[in-house]
Order: sequence, then C-alpha cells, then structure tokens
Amino acid sequence: MFILIVGAGRVGAAVAKAARAAGHEVSVLDEDPLSHERLDAGTGISWEDWEGLFTVGTALETEALIQAGIERADVFIASTDGDNTNLIISQIAKKRFGVPTVIARVMDPARATWYREQGLQTISPAEHAIEMFEHALGLVAG
Amino acid sequence: MYVIIAGAGKVGRNLARELISKGHEVTLIEVDRERYLAMEEVFEHAVQYGDATELWVLERAGIQRADLVIAVTGDDEDNMLVCQVAKEKYLCERIIARVNNPRNHEHFKLLGIQPAVSATDLILRLIEHEVPRYGLVHLLALEEERLEIIELEVSAESPVAGVRVSEIRLPEGSLIISVLRNGSGFVPKADTIIEAGDEVLLVLDPGLEEAITQFFSANGRKASA
Repeated sequence: MFILIVGAGRVGAAVAKAARAAGHEVSVLDEDPLSHERLDAGTGISWEDWEGLFTVGTALETEALIQAGIERADVFIASTDGDNTNLIISQIAKKRFGVPTVIARVMDPARATWYREQGLQTISPAEHAIEMFEHALGLVAG
Repeated sequence: MYVIIAGAGKVGRNLARELISKGHEVTLIEVDRERYLAMEEVFEHAVQYGDATELWVLERAGIQRADLVIAVTGDDEDNMLVCQVAKEKYLCERIIARVNNPRNHEHFKLLGIQPAVSATDLILRLIEHEVPRYGLVHLLALEEERLEIIELEVSAESPVAGVRVSEIRLPEGSLIISVLRNGSGFVPKADTIIEAGDEVLLVLDPGLEEAITQFFSANGRKASA
C-alpha cells in the first residue's frame, strides 16, 4: 500500500516507521524540515535510505499534497497538531483526491464524534485517554 | 437577526459594531484572552471568550437560534470548520466565511462553504475595475447558480461597434442584458445599435470570459489599444 502521512509529530512519525517496517510505501508531509529527524530516530538508518519519502510543505497546499503523492495514495493519515487542519485536509483527501481510506487525528472528542457520524474515520487520543482513566478509576465496568 | 461572529480581529469587531448599530443581536467569540478582555470593555456581554471551533462554545453562544454565522478568524481551517458545523450540524441557513489565503478558496468551495470572501480577491476586482484589462470587469459571480455578470467597454475598433444587437452573434451561453451610454443605462432591443464607447453588461455561463473578450476585441484590434 501507499500511505501518505501529513504531520510528522510523535504519532505521525511512529506510524510512518511502523508502516514502513511492515513493508508499505510511506510518504510523509510536514511543514517543518526538522521533523525529518523523528523519522530517522531509533531505526539505525536514514529515512531516505529506508526508501521513505519526505516532503516539506503545509497540508493545505495542493501542490505539496500532489508532490507527496496524494494522487496515488491508498491511505491518507492526517496527524498534524491541529484538529481543524486534520478535519479539513481529510475531507480534501477524500472529496477532491478520492483517497480510499482516510483517517484523521482529532484530539477533541466532541468534534471527533460528530465528524465520525458524518462518515469520516477519526481517532481521538483524548477520547482513549479518558476511557483509560475511567477504567483505572473503576468508573466503568470491564 | 441574531448573528454569531467567530474572531474579534479588525474584521470581526468592526462587523459587530456595524451590525449592533443596525439593531441586530450579535455575539462575538474570541479565543485570545487579552483581546477578549479588551473587546469586553467595548462590547460587554456581546463578546464571549472561547474557541469558536469547539462545539460547546458555539452552543453556549446560542448557535441553534443563530440566523447568520460569520467566521472571520485569521485561520482558514478554523473558518472552514466553524462554517461547516454551523451549516451541517446546527442547520444554520446563512454562513459567511473569510478566506485569508486566496489559494485556499478552492477548499472552501469544495466543502460547500459559500459565500467565502477574500480581501485579496476583492482588491483584485477593484484593481480590475480601476484598470480594466481588455476593458472587462467582473460585476457579480453567482457561483451556486453558475452565472456571471460582466461589464465590457466597446472600443472603436471592436467588431460590434456600429452593429445591431440582433446581428451580433455572441458565443453560446452569453447575453447582453444592459447598455450604459452617456451615464445612463437601458435594456437593449433587437434593433439597438451598439456604439463605440458603450459599456455593455453581459450575463454568461462561467468560463466564457476569454471567449467574450476575444469576441469583443477580435480581428486586428491592437492588443492594448
């Protein structure tokens, strides 16, 4: 599969490396050139030598998305640090470029829930953290 | 009318002031604490502190009963999101979004966020009006309806100068709807003769400007005459 990940923060970079290790073709887009270091860290090989792709640009720039390979992406992951950016670019990936699988990281559980109901796949780290705290405190069964 | 305005920057606060002076009820939402406090001195209860992209903040502002939601923050993603949830989640009938970066205009369109207003585009239109390139001015674009109204000046070299309206073979999808001559306008009839110096208003299908410009300036007219 060809996986395009926008936002090489902690989550984005870790998912990128895991996907590459599993043999997928992975392209990463981030506005910060230094975020590249996260892709090199802990693998003992540079991201490029590992045949990973990296593009510097912002997620709303159509040219940057195209350069990063969105037109042939099977999976699009929006994992920048902005919920609204992730929600908007996911919709662009879906509606404009027709990427088959689109997943957005949305910290705010309320927005994550509503957009999920609209058919967008969202992952909310805060939602998971809340659940885990509730379990740890014995507030919910199971 | 009840209006919610997201973003109390220069645009947002001046809009709020104008709307309030016209008797409308307004809630201004501002995420920056200091700016909020400054605005509170002016607008009192009409300004609320919070992130307008958070659903509970919009609900607290009473989005369910808003007649109009205007998103004018400095961030295009935020403006798109506020308008999208206003329209699709809270079924607000009228939205207006500000486009900060004109390159993002296409994204607003893609997500059905209309009207989306860009200061850059507005100023470009004004420049066009002041310094008309080929004498063509965009007066109105009805994007949903897929129609445009433009204004063209008829030069002496134009092939339509001195020609009867019924004999002008305009490109398919365009129509002359009005003629401005010596400072006053009228609706032309089939036997009206278009004169050099006339300004004509045309309604057209989008994408025909080039063809219309060619048509009006065709055949040997000097490029910048």
